[in-house]
Amino acid sequence: MYRLTIHELHERLKGKEVSAQEVTGLLLERISTVDPQIKAYLLVTAEEAMAQARAADKRITAGGIALLTGIPLAIKDNMCTQGIKTTCASRILENFIPPYDATVVKRLKDAGGIILGKTNMDEFAMGSSTENSRFTITHNPWQLDAIPGGSSGGSAAAVAADACIAALGSDTGGSIRQPAACCGAVGMKPTYGRVSRYGLVAFGSSLDQIGPLTKDVEDCAIMLNAIAGHDPFDSTTLNIPVPDYCKVLVKDIKGWVIGVPREFFGEGMDPEVEGNVTAAIKVLEGMGARVKEITLPHTGYAVATYYIICTAEASSNLARYDGVKYGFRSPAAKELMTMYRETRSEGFGPEVKRRIMLGTYVLSAGYYDAYYRKAAQVRTLIKEDFERAFQECDVIITPTAPTPAFRIGQKVQDPLQMYLSDIFTISVNLAGVPAISIPCGFSNHGLPIGLQIIGRHNDEERIIQAAYTFEQNTDHHAKRPALA
Amino acid sequence: MRVDIAEVEHVALLARLQLSAAEKEVFTNQLNAILEYVAKLNELDTKGVEATYHVVPHHNAMREDQVKESLPPKVSLENAPDQAQECFRVPKII
Repeated sequence: MYRLTIHELHERLKGKEVSAQEVTGLLLERISTVDPQIKAYLLVTAEEAMAQARAADKRITAGGIALLTGIPLAIKDNMCTQGIKTTCASRILENFIPPYDATVVKRLKDAGGIILGKTNMDEFAMGSSTENSRFTITHNPWQLDAIPGGSSGGSAAAVAADACIAALGSDTGGSIRQPAACCGAVGMKPTYGRVSRYGLVAFGSSLDQIGPLTKDVEDCAIMLNAIAGHDPFDSTTLNIPVPDYCKVLVKDIKGWVIGVPREFFGEGMDPEVEGNVTAAIKVLEGMGARVKEITLPHTGYAVATYYIICTAEASSNLARYDGVKYGFRSPAAKELMTMYRETRSEGFGPEVKRRIMLGTYVLSAGYYDAYYRKAAQVRTLIKEDFERAFQECDVIITPTAPTPAFRIGQKVQDPLQMYLSDIFTISVNLAGVPAISIPCGFSNHGLPIGLQIIGRHNDEERIIQAAYTFEQNTDHHAKRPALA
Repeated sequence: MRVDIAEVEHVALLARLQLSAAEKEVFTNQLNAILEYVAKLNELDTKGVEATYHVVPHHNAMREDQVKESLPPKVSLENAPDQAQECFRVPKII
């Protein structure tokens, strides 16, 4: 039962073959079986989940079932859940209990979704391996000594291990798509502004976006339908109509032009990734799409641009953790300035401090123009690359990550190497366009490989249709890790 | 541009961080490695290129000036490390 997708489980709930309470009980059991090895969850909210399941059953009996009613879900621990701890995997928020729900959480609850718990992540979503969590390391369900990707590694691992039916993650530079690729899940970062960030703990505000991690593309469309749309509480959300994403679950890409950027293939690419992605492009070609080589000439500057912009925004966003209003306060300090400095130094982990330092430096007097303004200008060039490319193609296809999941511990000592794991996902956030990662094969060692499909601004529909067409003609998404 | 320990100390103060001697040394090396990497942006001529701070066009999002429900003080203070008389309490400032 726990292996089912949202749409499969929905049919059984609707047909009264199973109740929401039974399903939730089975999922909680599954979590206690597999999570001691995976460690996807920071907190399992069993009692609340069962209460939500009872309410869902009442709703189903009354004939009010929606697609998400009675579906057990997991939430990344940087989204506020009323009355439930939201830690961002950080000491500084270790005991923070939000007095309100993030808009996305509220929307899932309103649809009758059941929240199983909060998933592990890199502290403040800063990382690509979930090793920066201050509380625990998450293991890749396909191979326990491999990373699950990051920063939404807990959500991706929970989906892959069937420890939830679907999950939410957040993506600032690849944090949904890269873990989806590492764990063999489907992960989407919607267009910037498509989904409300209200109640998402801020990291890089011009880049952050919430999105679904699911077992297949149809579930991705269902989740996106539930969370997308304008929110008066987030003035950066787009006030435009949201289409029904389930309507584009159509197996057809005949005549579409697929852009393949030459800058994404070449030196340094893992041959297994290249082989699988090339084979995937052939599959799409076989379904009637036309492949066109395109160029995104500023790709090589994306990582540098990103690490200036995201750290600048982070240093400013994280200034709020001062030990006054909420979160941890260093107990020793007797004087205000010492309290700020001790609180922040004890509360934040090394990667967060490193990014705050870099961000503060690039914004500081004398360096602002040389770094921050320069990066914002290069961001324009990167965005224009995409606009130009999309004049001659419908979607762009690339690998999601340069390698399959690497080993736990392999890159922790070298931040720059870690940053380069986001090389294929970062420019998408800088340009604000939507992208999805879907499974497209496995390495010789049995680790999943992800295919990234990028779309125009506000055109999630086309990437869903392309992803669905690929998925329905292959069976990579149906494979599951062999867990005890 | 390279940073030295004195500059790292200055930035740490601006960022309200207190770094140990070991952290100062590690961060100096790592920041220099990262700054050296990001210097590749200087290969690009960006004269006259407008900066992008927001990727989608945005205008001021205005709404009617109506009083709406907000969190009561008791709830707002529930996560405070220290509080007294419906206020956040902090160590002595002056």
